[in-house]
Amino acid sequence: MNDKYDAIVIGAGHNGLVTATYLAKAGLKVLVLERREMVGGAAVTEDVFPGFKFDTGAHCINRLHPTVISDLQLAKHGLELLPLDPAVFSPGLDADHLLLWRTPEVTVDSIGQLSEKDAKRWNGFAALVAKATGLLESIYSTPPDVLSKKKKDVWELLKMAGRLRRLGKQDMTEVLRVLPMTAVELLDEWFENDLLKGTLGAVGITGIHQGPMSAGTAFLFLHHQVGAKQGVLRAPLRARGGLGGLSRALESAARSAGVEIRTNAWVERIIAEAGATSGVALVDGEEIAGRRVISNADPSRTFCGLLDPFNLDPDFVRRVRNIKFKGVVARVNLALGELPNFSCLPGDGPHLRGLISISPSLKYLERAFDDAKYGELSREPYLEAVIPSSTDPSLAPDGKHVMSILVQYAPYNLRDGEWDDAKREDLGDRVVTTLAAYAPNIESAILHRQVLTPLDIEAVFGLTEGNIYHGEMTLDQLFFMRPVPGWARYRSPVEGLYLCGAGTHPGGGVTGTPGYNAAREILKDSK
Amino acid sequence: MGQNTRYDAVIIGGGHNGLITAAYLARAGKRAVVLERRHLVGGSAVTEEIFPGFKFSALSYVVSLLRPDVIRDLQLARHGLELLPLESTITPLPNGDYLMRGADHDETRRELYRHSPKDAEAYDDFGKLMYHLAFAMKHILDVVPPNPTSMRPRDLMGLLRFGRHFLDLPPEQFYALCKLMTMSAADFLDEWFETEPLKATMSASGIIGTFLGVRSPGTAYVLLHHYMGEIDGVFRAWGFAKGGTGAVSEAIASAARELGAEIRTEASVEQVIVKNGKAVGVALESGEEIHGRVVVTGVDPKLTFLKLVEPQHLPSDFLDAIRRFKIRGSSGKVNLALGELPNLTCLPGKGPHLRGAISISPSLDYMERAYDDAKYGNFSRHPYMDIIIPSMIDPGMAPPGKHVMSIFCQWAPFELNGGWNDEQREAFGDAVVNTISEFAPNLKNAIIHRHVVTPWDMQETYGLTQGNIFHGELSLHQLFFMRPTHPWANYRTPLKNLYQCGSGTHPGGGITGASGRLAALEILKDW
Amino acid sequence: MLRGTPFHERTAPLCEGQNWRRWAGYLSASSYELVNDREYFAIRGASALIDVSPLYKYLIRGTDAERFLNRVLTRDVAKCDVHQVMYGPWCDETGKVIDDGTLQRLGEDSFRLTAAEPNLRWLADNAGGLRVTIEDDTDSTAALALQGPTSREILKSLSDADLDNLKYFRLAFARIRDIPVTITRTGYTGDLGYEIWVEARQAVPLWDALIDGGEPYGITPAGILALDMARVEAGLILIGVDYVPANRALIESRKSSPFELGLGWTVKLEKDHFVGRQALLDEWRGGPTWGFKGLEIDWNSLQKVYSEFGLPPELPQMTWRTSVPVYSGGKQVGYATSGCWSPTLKKYIALAHLQSNSAERGTRVEMEVTVEHQRKKAAARVVELPFFDPERKRS
Repeated sequence: MNDKYDAIVIGAGHNGLVTATYLAKAGLKVLVLERREMVGGAAVTEDVFPGFKFDTGAHCINRLHPTVISDLQLAKHGLELLPLDPAVFSPGLDADHLLLWRTPEVTVDSIGQLSEKDAKRWNGFAALVAKATGLLESIYSTPPDVLSKKKKDVWELLKMAGRLRRLGKQDMTEVLRVLPMTAVELLDEWFENDLLKGTLGAVGITGIHQGPMSAGTAFLFLHHQVGAKQGVLRAPLRARGGLGGLSRALESAARSAGVEIRTNAWVERIIAEAGATSGVALVDGEEIAGRRVISNADPSRTFCGLLDPFNLDPDFVRRVRNIKFKGVVARVNLALGELPNFSCLPGDGPHLRGLISISPSLKYLERAFDDAKYGELSREPYLEAVIPSSTDPSLAPDGKHVMSILVQYAPYNLRDGEWDDAKREDLGDRVVTTLAAYAPNIESAILHRQVLTPLDIEAVFGLTEGNIYHGEMTLDQLFFMRPVPGWARYRSPVEGLYLCGAGTHPGGGVTGTPGYNAAREILKDSK
Repeated sequence: MGQNTRYDAVIIGGGHNGLITAAYLARAGKRAVVLERRHLVGGSAVTEEIFPGFKFSALSYVVSLLRPDVIRDLQLARHGLELLPLESTITPLPNGDYLMRGADHDETRRELYRHSPKDAEAYDDFGKLMYHLAFAMKHILDVVPPNPTSMRPRDLMGLLRFGRHFLDLPPEQFYALCKLMTMSAADFLDEWFETEPLKATMSASGIIGTFLGVRSPGTAYVLLHHYMGEIDGVFRAWGFAKGGTGAVSEAIASAARELGAEIRTEASVEQVIVKNGKAVGVALESGEEIHGRVVVTGVDPKLTFLKLVEPQHLPSDFLDAIRRFKIRGSSGKVNLALGELPNLTCLPGKGPHLRGAISISPSLDYMERAYDDAKYGNFSRHPYMDIIIPSMIDPGMAPPGKHVMSIFCQWAPFELNGGWNDEQREAFGDAVVNTISEFAPNLKNAIIHRHVVTPWDMQETYGLTQGNIFHGELSLHQLFFMRPTHPWANYRTPLKNLYQCGSGTHPGGGITGASGRLAALEILKDW
Repeated sequence: MLRGTPFHERTAPLCEGQNWRRWAGYLSASSYELVNDREYFAIRGASALIDVSPLYKYLIRGTDAERFLNRVLTRDVAKCDVHQVMYGPWCDETGKVIDDGTLQRLGEDSFRLTAAEPNLRWLADNAGGLRVTIEDDTDSTAALALQGPTSREILKSLSDADLDNLKYFRLAFARIRDIPVTITRTGYTGDLGYEIWVEARQAVPLWDALIDGGEPYGITPAGILALDMARVEAGLILIGVDYVPANRALIESRKSSPFELGLGWTVKLEKDHFVGRQALLDEWRGGPTWGFKGLEIDWNSLQKVYSEFGLPPELPQMTWRTSVPVYSGGKQVGYATSGCWSPTLKKYIALAHLQSNSAERGTRVEMEVTVEHQRKKAAARVVELPFFDPERKRS
């Protein structure tokens, strides 16, 4: 083939598109191959029921890398970010409710309704979080090669240690102390109100097979606050037109940078010989030659699915096989005839514009986890819902609404058998019942219901075990241990094969950071 | 002893660490006195004849990792320390089978093979890796933690040496160590093994003395402790002290006395006397004052800093940190006097398996369910138990033909719903006996006497705050330079001339004597 | 309790001195008679019957079996014909030997691999993503080695196999007095000989058949001590003695590559991939730093060393298995790991790891000998292995 590509990106997820665009901007000839008929990966908006558009994968953005936004001129390409305000609405079972706003003072007032003491401590807590996330952000570039004896790498490591020390004595130890803690321990040190602690703690368990009483959940809580304004915790964004709007902007940026994108192009395998890759083969038999192959798929799919194991040493394969996925998230999408009416805060108000978090206490979350631990769906699951149509009416027919709900815990591996239709419906029922306890009108408001089990999520989005982060975000699978120890710098043992997805550092969520870091490393190698 | 007595060092608490500190100080020519509240020395390492003719290691019941330096320096063999082998562990299973690991490699391999051929091999590979890691980590047990925020050359050098020590490990070992520090015992073992009782029994070491379940990250690294004995050059570092663990304390006390230290029992310290911002002695409950150039506390950090020292003498952020120090008791002890040996259904009769440990840990789920009870404030209905029959190893512990059984159980939370009382204590004892009876039905009839120690009793009788056997949980954020709190992990305290030598300091936990030794060496540096 | 092999019922009463040792968790006779000479000479002069059941045995089947084995072994398994047997080592990623054994190609997609140590986990790790099953066959298959000049005659008299046409390192499915067996023309003695693989429950009848039918040909049950002498003469390495398996070695320097064990001939670098290939290629290009050779200890020198004490040379009664320093020009250049007096060659021989520059054939070195509690050195000469290589082995 004459027109050999410089780089073939497998998967048009948001990270894949980011990487592709950066590479094209640096003058490389880039092809992106997407299995589905649309780009976006897990950041897509689909017409699930006529007239009702849902973000079927991720339904909000925690933080998009600011450099990516500006470098790719995403605004120019049509991206409009909608900050949710209030950020979170958390109903309690009694008359209580909690609202977290984008203005810290207002949040403090809201907390004050629940606990004077907690309201007073909010700013102190926010300051600690800001310090910790500041540190995390500073290490969210490419992880150093910790074991390298090369001067350059040692220097990088020392610089990182320096950043840590610059936090100052007190703060540094505090941050180091907090990182390995459990969400419960962290939050108990600061607050007394169950609803507040549950609402914050929920961030620490999202997407992982751990409860808030497991160590490392404090870290995940902090990870999701990286880039947040001080005092504005758990403040997600949406994109106009749904998350698909983000992907469309990314696609447009990619195309204008010269990236070629092919949808309905299902990669069957990565062609590799003698330890180097030379392209990919599609399911239909077509072979496409490329100097580099960049996989936006998760590491397990990449190394154990797309690549012939002969190209890898058994030790490396063992490491990949040991990556924990343990998907626990299911999705329920509801087409609603009317807005839910919450008993604790009746009527249509601003609260319906934020994330609706069903997390009345840390204990509630832990009990939800208890079920999953033994391979069962939570009897009372944690729910994170959004009603995008409340701020973006184009997503549903007039007067009607769409509500997407992230459900946890729905373990991928069930104790008694596999996920099937009956279990899927049971899951849907359980979610509706749970929600109805807070908003009794929900059942009658439902026009259509779509339920995605972890197995469905795996099938639709190609996420191993339905893990939304391409590998659990637990302490042992982060930083220089992500995706596997020794290979955290986006490269792989196969020459020319790179990773750019959420399975790499710094991990999951709609951030674009792995894609950005990967592009930089690939370009370094191209020099 | 008169009112005017002035010592070089006054040591609060005659636990094994306090005695060791006293012995080392005496060896350096200092006049040291140990003040013990009870009528016998040893703290948690005592042998008591609770019922006539039946002797029990009332709390701590095995000797683990007693530092070889201490054994050599204090010539403990000459002072009567004799360690007897405790070489096998049998895990009886509900299905009538069992898993047994013994001292003979071939036999253990074959037994594991019976359960899983792969595990039999993985066990050797695992052992080899652990050997290496234990070799690397052993270093940590014997050093004073460097202060990572200090700019003092000594700390910086310590930190650098420390970093190098680990970064120089072969990659495989370095990464395994990172995983050990961040993973749950269950997940770490899942990477290696498939046999449930093997994983459950091994994982147990990770949760002893913590308020975490085997699936909580941070519980993996304690797996190493089991392999550390091997490399210390001390045959049988894990063992049973002839005469019970009190014999260890007696040997140390004897060494201390010979070196010139004074030991006073029934001398309960009420307060640390502070003059001009320095600790100058202690006041006993009797009103007697004992003065010393330094005061060393062998009791736990909460008891020391929140009870024995008046708050105005300590900085408030330090007190905050001590208040935050996690010291939740989670274990109980049941001591039984038996008329006959328990007859295990899975392996009937009096066999060598009764000379080792019997572990009630049939599966990871069993362990998790035991933990679930505790999470919500109940004692485990079916606890994890580590059982030994000391009279099988040392016949002197019971009248001829009779036996004593020592049962360590977890979880028994200090903060029990409704609080501990006599009724709850017996209910807990019943849960323990009933659970064991499922595996050894004759047990109930064999019991002559029963002695149940709840965390509450541990606090009241043995002075362990909240009944925590390790003077503070061994969770990641409370280890090394954070034990008990940064920057006071170097055995000093914010109060001048007050030192700490108990298990609440690095490295903490078990009868190691490391804290006591390192504290003494630090005190002597300041002299 | 150690367990007996499937032949234990028969071997136990024969073991006159209760002289047992451990072999992979089994009881294995060191020697049956009180003196092991007769057992050794049976190997070289008649036929010895040796229970080798404790060997680990894995059945590997599936359409990817060849591909899989080609990935693990250094030999080119594609060149192994059906009913052929191949000997070779397998290595870790850094090209250090994990174990060595024989591979029997039972059919197009069906193999039996023997190993000295358990290797199921390693094999399974390498089989990820391949259509292959690995079954540990160790307990259900018993094995006997029938070794010695009369072994062919014995089998001919007892079995239906075409033994005259069964070439060296080939196998045949056959019946021995109605007992179905696999006969391989292999062994660990360097002599004419066979190994017979049988279902464990048929072990005792097989033993009886061989003893009965072999009697006219001088069949003699032999223990490990006799075998050990024969294998040293044959220059065959023993795991755990002559090398430390890479996955058990605690430090890097204890590991050996195939080149360093004299197994360079088994390393097929032209194969496009196998575990350890890159490292072995690098080593081959640079030249290995160690060699594995034979030492013949100079009799006169040995005599001289002993005569200082007024003694004649005292020869080892059995194969020693300790590490003995080897010197050249006063500096240590290697170490011998096994040695014995060869009754057949009438020489004191040893197997030794030697630094490459001292490993040339004919190099004069010195081996340490301890005489009357004092360390002395005896002159020795480096020779190629094997020491003993009779025509009949292959013919």
